[in-house]
Amino acid sequence: MKEQMESVILQCDDVTVDFDGFKAVQGMNLTLVKGELRFLIGPNGAGKTTMLDVICGKTKPAAGKVLFGKSGGIDITRRKEHQIAELGIGRKFQTPSIFASLTVHENFEIAMKQNRGVFAAMRAKLRKEDGERIAAQLEMVGLAEKSQWRAGGLSHGEKQWLEIGMMLLQEPEILLLDEPVAGMTDNETEKTGELLEEIRKTQSVIVVEHDMEFVRNFASFVTVMHEGKLLKEGSMEDVQRDDRVAEVYLGKRRDVDASRSTA
Amino acid sequence: MPIRKLSAQRLWLLAAYVAAAAVLFCAPLVLSDFRLNLLAKFLAYAIVALGLDLIWGYTGILSLGHGVFFGLGGYAMAMYLKMQASGGKLPDFMDWSGLTKLPWFWKPFEFLPFAIAAGILLPAILALILGYFTFRNRIRGVYFTILTQALVIITTTLFIGQQAYTGGTNGLTGYSKLFGYSLGSPETKRWLYWVTVAALIGAYLLCRVLVKSRFGKVLRAIRDGENRVRFIGYNPAIYQMVAFAFSAALAGLAGMLFVLHVGIISPSMMGIVPSIEMVLWVAIGGRGTLVGAVLGAVLLNYAKSTFSESYPNIWIVFMGALFVVVVVFLPKGAAGLFGQLKRLRRRRASNEGADGVRYPAV
Repeated sequence: MKEQMESVILQCDDVTVDFDGFKAVQGMNLTLVKGELRFLIGPNGAGKTTMLDVICGKTKPAAGKVLFGKSGGIDITRRKEHQIAELGIGRKFQTPSIFASLTVHENFEIAMKQNRGVFAAMRAKLRKEDGERIAAQLEMVGLAEKSQWRAGGLSHGEKQWLEIGMMLLQEPEILLLDEPVAGMTDNETEKTGELLEEIRKTQSVIVVEHDMEFVRNFASFVTVMHEGKLLKEGSMEDVQRDDRVAEVYLGKRRDVDASRSTA
Repeated sequence: MPIRKLSAQRLWLLAAYVAAAAVLFCAPLVLSDFRLNLLAKFLAYAIVALGLDLIWGYTGILSLGHGVFFGLGGYAMAMYLKMQASGGKLPDFMDWSGLTKLPWFWKPFEFLPFAIAAGILLPAILALILGYFTFRNRIRGVYFTILTQALVIITTTLFIGQQAYTGGTNGLTGYSKLFGYSLGSPETKRWLYWVTVAALIGAYLLCRVLVKSRFGKVLRAIRDGENRVRFIGYNPAIYQMVAFAFSAALAGLAGMLFVLHVGIISPSMMGIVPSIEMVLWVAIGGRGTLVGAVLGAVLLNYAKSTFSESYPNIWIVFMGALFVVVVVFLPKGAAGLFGQLKRLRRRRASNEGADGVRYPAV
């Protein structure tokens, strides 16, 4: 399928998530190599977001491992959220979650890669190079003019960008994006796509996306999930040609599905 | 940040601070001894308000248990004073309760440095312990607030029950000397007033530095979205614990000063009602601004003592009404009102489109 020559950075083995008896994810496998831009697609309730939650530590899996890092890596399923973030996994949620009462600049300042201990934060000074980095990031996400605005006053699209900017300043090795272009204009969507192409030069990205147009334009490799399981993995063309994928998306052979999906 | 630190606005602010400090230091020249003593008490309360504002206004955690921290500081100082007063003998109330030997934990309170350290550290440690078990387990909001109330009930019950060791319902009183100087003399009272002013200024500056630091920004971020803070790599529990402990330490400091001015500490001063009143000072003065917390504590207590001198029954109704008005119409308190007026004026002055000034940061 895919050359395994490149270095693996994330490996999810047989991950199962159990929400009080409802298996949101069942035995899911996912392997991400360095510098890869991976799209995770599937119908509603397929377990895509849950999968991201498992990787960033928000949800603890009932079974399975998530190995992060080179040469086998370390199992992060038992780590706390902030430890996983420190290790180098950044997450952008579906609804923009920024700190509304802080200014745009302050949002960037605390997101920036740094020592996150209490006493370090008390002494932290904004060094010249930090200021320049933040300024560059402000420029990149188009918020330079509004750097002294309270983040709560930004528009929806601007908040999305602010959050993307915050995640980039964290300098994670893997970025997890949940529907980053939801609510964006065509123009903004295109800009986001270009940004993703830029990011993948240095970092790895997993994107959960519904906008098939967007996926078609930028995806190199796609993972399709259905009812918590891996349905198909491959290039966008492969996936589109696949009968089973067409079936879950177009809803053919409903009779078979109906018997299973009552849970 | 570029060097534009001494802008006109900053100079004015600095001048206002210096003027406020000067007025406070000169107050003994104008006020009667009685009024000065009252003001000293209010300034001690203002230190509690600063700490409460840090944990509630900035971090978004409502504590209805600061009476306990205040009381612990008060008891630490009172124990020292009591030891001085009894001059090597057993304190009077222990005698009445039938104790024959000084309890071991009373012994070190013979020394003032120990008493001062205990008055600040004990509340901080207690807050750290409570914080450890709550914040780490992600207990927050109303649940945390209820736990702080439980802490108040446990502590006051304990202090009332252990009469032989704590003086019971009466608390600790009947001391008169500090370093051999009479606590009642106008001279000593003036000095204690100045010490309180210095402590308040110190506490204010410390809080200001903390709030302006990146630590303060993370606290505000926790208030806005605790979970999001986790996903950028901070452990909010540690930040909450430190802020809570610092806030408790300030309350302890205030309690020590309070005892010096008032000459008594009893369980009723650390109970539920005082704990809630402390929160009211901050709410009415304006949470999220340090000046608001200080002014709230001083002005409300001033109003309370003037009103209750003439209309003791109406005060509590007035206080309740004021609270309702503030919560409904001024969610940011009196200090927030000034901010709103300033914004309104600025908008009128600059005929900019509404967009540019709708969410200014300052």
